[in-house]
Amino acid sequence: MNAASWPRAHVRQERLLVVDPESGRHDDVTVAALPSLLARGDVLVVNDAATLPASLQARTADGTLVEVRIASLHDDQRASCVLFGAGDWRTDTDLRAPPPSLAPNDRLSFAGDVGARVTSVSSSSERLVELTLLAEASWASLAYAHGAPVQYAYLEHALPVALAQTPYASVPWAVEMPSAGRALSFSVLRDLAVRGVRVARLRHAAGLSATGDAKLDALLPLPERYSIPAETVALVEQARRAGKRVLAVGTTVVRALEGCFQEHGRLLAGDGVTDLILDAHFVPRVLDGVLAGMHERGTSHAKLLSALAPSALLDEALTHAEEERYLVHEFGDHLLVLPGALPRRQLPASSRSPLRYSATIDAAGAADSSAALASTSANQSRKPFFFTRT
Amino acid sequence: MTVPHVPSAPTLRLPRTAVITGASRGLGRSLALALAQHGTAVALVARHKEPLAAVVDEIRASGGTAFGLVADVAAPAAAARIAGEAAAHLGDLDLVIHNASTLGPVPLAPLAEGDEAALERVLAVNLVAPFALARATVGSMVLRQAGVQLFISSDAAKEPYPTWGFYGASKAGLEHLARILAAEVDGTGVRVLSVDPGEMDTDMHKDAIPDADPSTLQRPDDAARVILARLYDVTAASPRAERASAASTGSASAVRGSTL
Repeated sequence: MNAASWPRAHVRQERLLVVDPESGRHDDVTVAALPSLLARGDVLVVNDAATLPASLQARTADGTLVEVRIASLHDDQRASCVLFGAGDWRTDTDLRAPPPSLAPNDRLSFAGDVGARVTSVSSSSERLVELTLLAEASWASLAYAHGAPVQYAYLEHALPVALAQTPYASVPWAVEMPSAGRALSFSVLRDLAVRGVRVARLRHAAGLSATGDAKLDALLPLPERYSIPAETVALVEQARRAGKRVLAVGTTVVRALEGCFQEHGRLLAGDGVTDLILDAHFVPRVLDGVLAGMHERGTSHAKLLSALAPSALLDEALTHAEEERYLVHEFGDHLLVLPGALPRRQLPASSRSPLRYSATIDAAGAADSSAALASTSANQSRKPFFFTRT
Repeated sequence: MTVPHVPSAPTLRLPRTAVITGASRGLGRSLALALAQHGTAVALVARHKEPLAAVVDEIRASGGTAFGLVADVAAPAAAARIAGEAAAHLGDLDLVIHNASTLGPVPLAPLAEGDEAALERVLAVNLVAPFALARATVGSMVLRQAGVQLFISSDAAKEPYPTWGFYGASKAGLEHLARILAAEVDGTGVRVLSVDPGEMDTDMHKDAIPDADPSTLQRPDDAARVILARLYDVTAASPRAERASAASTGSASAVRGSTL
């Protein structure tokens, strides 16, 4: 499928492919129809992270140009970054020149006389480095003053920051737009409210989707921080108790909610880090459905979908999307997997329910409940591959 | 001219966070100081670094939380930058005050002596920039079902004062934009208001009317206190501002400061 090369004027008119496991059908509608596909009391959970202009130009000590893309912000001054050789988004990521090798204590200088020090280099790839800003600079200020949104070669022009945001974006935790949320334009949000569909929010630091280094790409997505407000936990649990359905808007929401559940055995309000990989072993415990962007087969998004809909139906739907020339990537068309593939479940709140798949009991994790907190073996938290060379 | 007195019934709790544009002097500075005094963490936007830093320092010296963003609200990408950087420092934004304004060329001149480029600049600052910043921040407010968009206006938006053509037209446009935005967010819990603070002793007033007698003008600190008292549950009304009027949610409200 082709990529949308620029945002289109009217989100409501963008296409929405609806996959309905209950009926075994797929349908072509538009985003405007979304509210009518959901029921009063259903809950959509969105990621309200704003997108930081995370691509920065810098020079090494000897004057060599590099592109620095923030992968993960730890605080005002420290970030994990992926380096590229001189150039920018207009060149295909895979064809970008590699960056020069850097070592701990090497310096980079950014616009506005801002400097940074390499504090470590990843053992997984020398393109992934930890940078600490010098003096009183902050990554947010630097990015907004001199950065540009991370974007890819299929876009027609340089993307203004304003266009790289979801309609309800708040705090800039994301380095790429959590673009499934684009479907919830102001008027769609109003229509959802009229319909009685609740929209709850969380915040997740959506990360880079490509690094130009196959070894590093294989490790994506990196562990990403998230924060779930208490009212969102309450809304989701209330919906489950009432037999209503909970849908994630985008894979970042899946990672946050299911990652939280996996770690704690229930949804817990507050901050965390998720390294959940949506692979063949993934079984959703919180979500019934998902609203996502349209993506090619074989991507990580496709793996998420197969956890929520039968493969035969998905396969048929994607073939149809290809034939009908749906557009992909962040400004592309949309796909909705309705609930129906999985039996409705009560969410455990104060008591644990038995897990549906084989698991190792992590007795050390059990806190306040008589039932043991179990965790999966397949999706067992991978240790973050953090840096061993300093 | 008498001003109707409407008993205020502010129901909102003070905002935890606020962005104020044009915050290095005049009403913007006063609003920032007053909010910070009440415990609001504020992001202040202005074009010039030194006067902005002075206000930030003043707030911090009193124990308040403030950050300065040097920006021209009408610059390309300014709205995304202001919204993003303010939220990066403060978290979710509860209040956005669209205060930064320009008179256009001074001394003020009749329309027949004006030129399009100057009008476009006035509109860019006074109408388009507030629209852009509102657009960048209102979506999050709708999602949270809370928040206030406050547009600073003027009676020049209503009264046909000769030589106030550019400024007056831009503020008339701004007030109507605010009314429509209010209608669009009606029922979401987000409040949209425009406010006429009345004449104040500020640099902008001096630029417009150099011969004005300052003793006939409000202090911007007093106007700021009245405005906040009408919006939020705070005991703030100063005696001079007593005869302020306010309309309620969902429509543009005019808070007229008193003049002696």
